[in-house]
Amino acid sequence: MNITFNVNGKNQTVDVAPDTPLLWVLRDTLGMTGTKFGCGKALCGACTVHLNGMATRSCQTPIGSVAGQKVTTIEGLGMNKVQQQWIALDVPQCGYCQPGQIMSATALLAMNKNPSDADIDAAMSGNICRCGTYPRIRAAIKAAAKA
Amino acid sequence: METIKNQSRRDFIKSSAAVGGGLALGFYLPGTVGVAQADAGGGYAMPNAWVKIGADNKVSILVARSEMGQGVATSMPMLVAEELDVDVNKVTVEFAPPAEVYINSLLGGQITGGSTSVRDAWEKLRKAGASARMMLVAAAAQEWGVDAAQVRAENGNLIGPSGKRMSYGMAAPKAAQMEVPKDVPLKPVSAFKVVGNAKQKRLDTPQKVKGEPSFGIDTRVPGMMYAAVAMSPYLGGKVKSYDDSRAKNMPGVKAVVQYSRGVAVVADSYWQAKKAKDLLRVEWDEGANAGLNMQKIWAGLRTASEQPGAVFRENGNADEALSGAAKTVTATYQLPFLSHSPMEPQNTTAHVMADKAVIITPTQFQQLIPHVVAGATGLKPEQVEVQTTYLGGGFGRRVEVDYAIDAAEISKAAGGIPVKMVWSREDDMTHDSYRPAGLYTMTAGMDAGGKVSAFRFHSTSPSISARLFPSIVKDGIDPFAVEGIDNFPYAVANTKMTYVMHDSGVTPGYWRAVSHNLNAVALECFIDECAAAAGKDPIEYRLSMIDMSQEKHKWSGLSAGVAVGPRIKTALEMVRDKSGWGRTMAKGQGRGVAVMEGYNTVIAIVTEVTVTPNYDVSLDRVVAVVDAGPLVHPDQALAQMQSCINFGQSACMWGEITVNDNMIEQNNFDMYRVARMNEAPKSIEIHWIKPAANQPPGGLGEPGTAVVQPAIANAIYAATGKRVRMLPLTPENIRAA
Repeated sequence: MNITFNVNGKNQTVDVAPDTPLLWVLRDTLGMTGTKFGCGKALCGACTVHLNGMATRSCQTPIGSVAGQKVTTIEGLGMNKVQQQWIALDVPQCGYCQPGQIMSATALLAMNKNPSDADIDAAMSGNICRCGTYPRIRAAIKAAAKA
Repeated sequence: METIKNQSRRDFIKSSAAVGGGLALGFYLPGTVGVAQADAGGGYAMPNAWVKIGADNKVSILVARSEMGQGVATSMPMLVAEELDVDVNKVTVEFAPPAEVYINSLLGGQITGGSTSVRDAWEKLRKAGASARMMLVAAAAQEWGVDAAQVRAENGNLIGPSGKRMSYGMAAPKAAQMEVPKDVPLKPVSAFKVVGNAKQKRLDTPQKVKGEPSFGIDTRVPGMMYAAVAMSPYLGGKVKSYDDSRAKNMPGVKAVVQYSRGVAVVADSYWQAKKAKDLLRVEWDEGANAGLNMQKIWAGLRTASEQPGAVFRENGNADEALSGAAKTVTATYQLPFLSHSPMEPQNTTAHVMADKAVIITPTQFQQLIPHVVAGATGLKPEQVEVQTTYLGGGFGRRVEVDYAIDAAEISKAAGGIPVKMVWSREDDMTHDSYRPAGLYTMTAGMDAGGKVSAFRFHSTSPSISARLFPSIVKDGIDPFAVEGIDNFPYAVANTKMTYVMHDSGVTPGYWRAVSHNLNAVALECFIDECAAAAGKDPIEYRLSMIDMSQEKHKWSGLSAGVAVGPRIKTALEMVRDKSGWGRTMAKGQGRGVAVMEGYNTVIAIVTEVTVTPNYDVSLDRVVAVVDAGPLVHPDQALAQMQSCINFGQSACMWGEITVNDNMIEQNNFDMYRVARMNEAPKSIEIHWIKPAANQPPGGLGEPGTAVVQPAIANAIYAATGKRVRMLPLTPENIRAA
């Protein structure tokens, strides 16, 4: 069935089963592969996007529930201050989890201009990084808050 | 190995295949490894296998190691650019196809692993850059009819007498025909401008931060279909029969095919393939391991450990010295299976046609893929083109080529269409090759003053190499099973070390730092036990017994190969001073130390932990002192230490894969716990030891992973008095200790 939703400011109409996770619509149907598949169970955060501005795990979000709503993906951030600090501090190693990390960090800073360590822990502990970039992620969030 | 040739690309393929690779470990892949990568048909020239220069002056550097986070896509180009005299920030990075010229001399294969990339490339790639530059200079000199000494290279340009100037791009076609210089002098370390630049950024960060397609799983090719797979949940199981009547009628499904280790559904999208796959009814033949569980695995290991084992290091008479010792300390450490679990689940895009195959895959071992895909499809190795993507983590998992074979079989069975096979997290975690579980029994005999006069080490574990590279296993010894202990760093007059190889039925795999994570973890916990038994400070005790000789080891594997006592002493003293060792800590807090040489890098770590009355542990602070020789890319050397600490923390605090009813019990991150932001240490301090003159680089991708683990276990002992000998360091295991 046809479902229309807004991705990065542009309306998209897709013909997929309504139970298809937003993750796979983005990756396979729309060819936007920046949003990553990590666990399929909202345990790792690699698939994090913004749904109406809220950090959301797209692997557990059926496309049917997204009709008419606004989705922002890593491709739609346009090199925001979080991404700029990620570059300044060379945060990524393998980089696979980083779109999800950046989406979570961007959502955090949108709600909280000056997050404490505890705020960062709370907002970011849903995003796993196996390479261990956590110290740089923390530093980059703080730097972006000041930027 | 220097194999710089003057030749066209096609010739390069032919002649490079005739050049032998390094055989440090005796492993060798016979036969021609074909490079079917499409020739661009001109537009660029290749003075050698690492440098491509376009007529438009665009310089590409071929990177023959896989980028899995460790930074080779920057550090390798830095080494070439240092001598080629180009701006490394402007080069294009291309991942090299499989070819013998790209063999890792320390491993004998085109493999990314063993913390060898920089060690192998240190001279090789600088010489490649210098050789290409000399050929460009020679070409310009010939063009201008002047002596080569009158031409110099500067940032991608050739400058001659009386204002003569030519870009590399203009000189490149002629340069590629010039004679390859035999004598290639290199800049002294003191003249480096690129290598060692503390401000150098990773070249791949912008694309990764923007979410640009980079990884294997991001691959899209025309006409591509998606495959989801049903693999045996049983270890060693096979398909007995399957019913696809519901699956094949699901929307988008193009084919349901059986392949060697399962059944695949091929569909228009991954989600359609996955939904249909869930409707397959597969009956499995459980195979030889039926009923396997941890009780049986540990009982098997314990029984095997009663064998004498193969002796891999011995001096004096340990048994006699032990029987005469004033005091003995003995302990057995039990270390569990671990999963690699990189964030990108295994995947491969395969297109197997009648006369050729294209395999696009995140792999650490591209050289093996043409051979195994040929075996699986009936093609010849030279008909198999391999494209290496960025890897979403590797950690040793992607040295295995199983998933590339699977995708090739599925593509062929589905009628030769391009197929992207993607594993679920559950597929990945339950079809890993696991860090082997093992038993590590140690006995020390000491005099009344606590000085160790005899040391006995006896390990029992599966051999990874016996499965993957059997030719390197000799006389019952797998060199990768004795690393981290064959370089025992302490001076003890009587030692005996033995290894029992025991297959537990669970596929063992090379896991970051491999057996350093077993042997050195057990050893450095045990040395702490000896210090406690002797009533000595753990750092002073270690310092008192360092082997300061220069003895060469029989099995040196990827280590320094000789005793490195002075380096260990310096690292231990520095970590003592930098960490504030000896300062009083609050109740419930503890500090622990560990030291190790691995991959010719010496690391000493002090950790600080807080342990609650319920034995919940938080890792508060990590101080590491690292002697890794010269650093090519200092900021990413730091990143590798941060990475190792994180990986080791996850492993020792929570990592445990278990088997029940012949199935892996953990299948996602809710059951296999790894460190998250709130658990990462709030303070990690890395201190680097200044390299000695002419000291070569050591490896950094792995060793820290091993060293941090005993440092944490020893800190828990300091905090609680509990000596945990069964890992992981969970509240249950600490309470039971």
